[in-house]
Amino acid sequence: MIRAPRSIWSLALLTLSFVLVLGAGRAQARLTIEVTGGVEAAQPIAVVPFGVSEGLIPREDVAAIIAADLARSGRFRPMPTRDMLALPSTHEEVDLRDWSLLGMNNLVIGRVEQEGSGYRVGFTLYDVFRGEQLATSSVTTTQSGLRITAHRIADQIYEKLTGQPGVAATRIAYITASGRGSNQTVTLRVSDADGYNPQTIVSSGEPLMSPAWSPDGRRLAYVSFENRRSSIYVQDLASGRRDLVASYPGINSSPAFSPDGQRLAMTLSKDGNADIYVLNLMTRELTRLTDHFGIDTEPAWSPDGRDIIFTSDRGGSPQIYRMSTAGGPAGRVSFEGDYNARASYAPDGNSITMVTRVNGQFRIAVQDLRRGYTRLVSSGSLDESPSFAPNGSMVIYATVHGGRGVLATASVDGGGNQRLSQDTGEVREPAWSPLIK
Amino acid sequence: MTDHSTRVPVSFRHAVSGLSLVGVMVLLLGCASEPMREPLPPAAPASLPPPVPAAPVRVERPTYRGPWEDPSSPLYQRTIYFDYDSAEILPDYIALMRNHAAYLGSHANTRVTLEGHTDERGTREYNLALGDQRAEAVRRFMIAEGVIPDQMATLSYGEERAADPGRNESAWRQNRRVIIQY
Repeated sequence: MIRAPRSIWSLALLTLSFVLVLGAGRAQARLTIEVTGGVEAAQPIAVVPFGVSEGLIPREDVAAIIAADLARSGRFRPMPTRDMLALPSTHEEVDLRDWSLLGMNNLVIGRVEQEGSGYRVGFTLYDVFRGEQLATSSVTTTQSGLRITAHRIADQIYEKLTGQPGVAATRIAYITASGRGSNQTVTLRVSDADGYNPQTIVSSGEPLMSPAWSPDGRRLAYVSFENRRSSIYVQDLASGRRDLVASYPGINSSPAFSPDGQRLAMTLSKDGNADIYVLNLMTRELTRLTDHFGIDTEPAWSPDGRDIIFTSDRGGSPQIYRMSTAGGPAGRVSFEGDYNARASYAPDGNSITMVTRVNGQFRIAVQDLRRGYTRLVSSGSLDESPSFAPNGSMVIYATVHGGRGVLATASVDGGGNQRLSQDTGEVREPAWSPLIK
Repeated sequence: MTDHSTRVPVSFRHAVSGLSLVGVMVLLLGCASEPMREPLPPAAPASLPPPVPAAPVRVERPTYRGPWEDPSSPLYQRTIYFDYDSAEILPDYIALMRNHAAYLGSHANTRVTLEGHTDERGTREYNLALGDQRAEAVRRFMIAEGVIPDQMATLSYGEERAADPGRNESAWRQNRRVIIQY
């Protein structure tokens, strides 16, 4: 039973008892990824196990990480190592005719050498048919930086071959929940895009909701109930330091950073019912954007920062509306179906992804804003919380699989689909980080 | 109400052990000018002092806090259920709310939290707003019945605190609710 705290100190104690706010560096059970189809059009590529200097045993298999990243994109079909006839690791050892006979379009070789207490990692990407080197580079890294170095190489290969930036070196924020009632533990976590390296950002006995990335990927905004009401926090990931930015009477919900990182759109009901507000994070000035007796919530910025789309039931059922961030009238954006909610833009601003109800089933849809055309990209019945990958190639969302909450990705451009789950507990509310420089 | 300048004191670099948390709590306790009470987790009502100023009526139930805990009292019914995606009060629950309004009207020092909830269908953020609308609808009804606004606070949990974790119609019906929490 919820009781009003007797004093501010008992409130502080409650907070301390239930909430752990953490900086980087806590290992947790990781998400495991299953590729669930859609790889027919994938291109064959060989990523040969990287050569190592005599006696060196690197802590990660760099080629395996690169191959897995390329496979997860759905655009490539890496060759199994056991099918390779040679394992070159230098240019002199490469005979492209071998790889041509094996039907490979591209070949990746590389080496990992000791350098100081870390490594030097070099790779070369070949176009097998043209007999050309498409990319070659060499970087140094610490021992613990070897995974992210491998992801960055995968992204260089992906970009060279597709013309789009890769997302292997990005991260995903998500909420986990286990236990029930007073034994419930809710955490906000951040992991690499392949589910590795999960770190708990906040852990609480009360609900946590709505993680949202700052455009530089360094901060997360989220909603926490640790003060026995919904409140919005902005937390620096590296230090764990955080600011309470909204804790008004009523709901404090749906934070969304502006593309310049200086403002935070949010939903507050302090003035009667849920409306959209924008908080300037520098001046702390709060501006009300909508004023309607219906529910207005789930704001999201257009990539150019000029517009905000949001969910409103002003027309009788939840639909997506758009208005200028300077204020003014809102126009309806979604027209198909009687429930459309929690929309957000693709990085190019030309489409949005949202939750839509079809025959009583909640699915993820992508709507082309220029043509008005909408298509479904998921097939669950309780799918929610979609957000685009920062290269626009796929959408990550929450779904139910085997009775449990898991994450899934759906291709937007013909790549593959994946499912990300934990061994125990629920996983939900994924948010894909921006491209991390 | 918003404290924009507040730096939350719980800010730790790297891993924090439970022990050091206790240390922080002890430090905070030491700074408090107000005498501290033991923190009372909601799961341990046995240690709560009787908040009702009147002499306890039931010695055998020392945790008794008011008639809303008595199954034979009309105030025992404290949950108002709603239709799907609706914050409209159903006629079935008007008598229930009137009972509580009458009690609050004659107990001006008693305060309640109107806790709004939804089922899991639809988006979480929309549901947080819907739970808020439901709690507000009950609050407005109670005000119309003469309850002083200051006696009531609203708190929406949206779909985050299901009464029944099932994923079916009967669970969803149980979860679309406002609870009058004394």
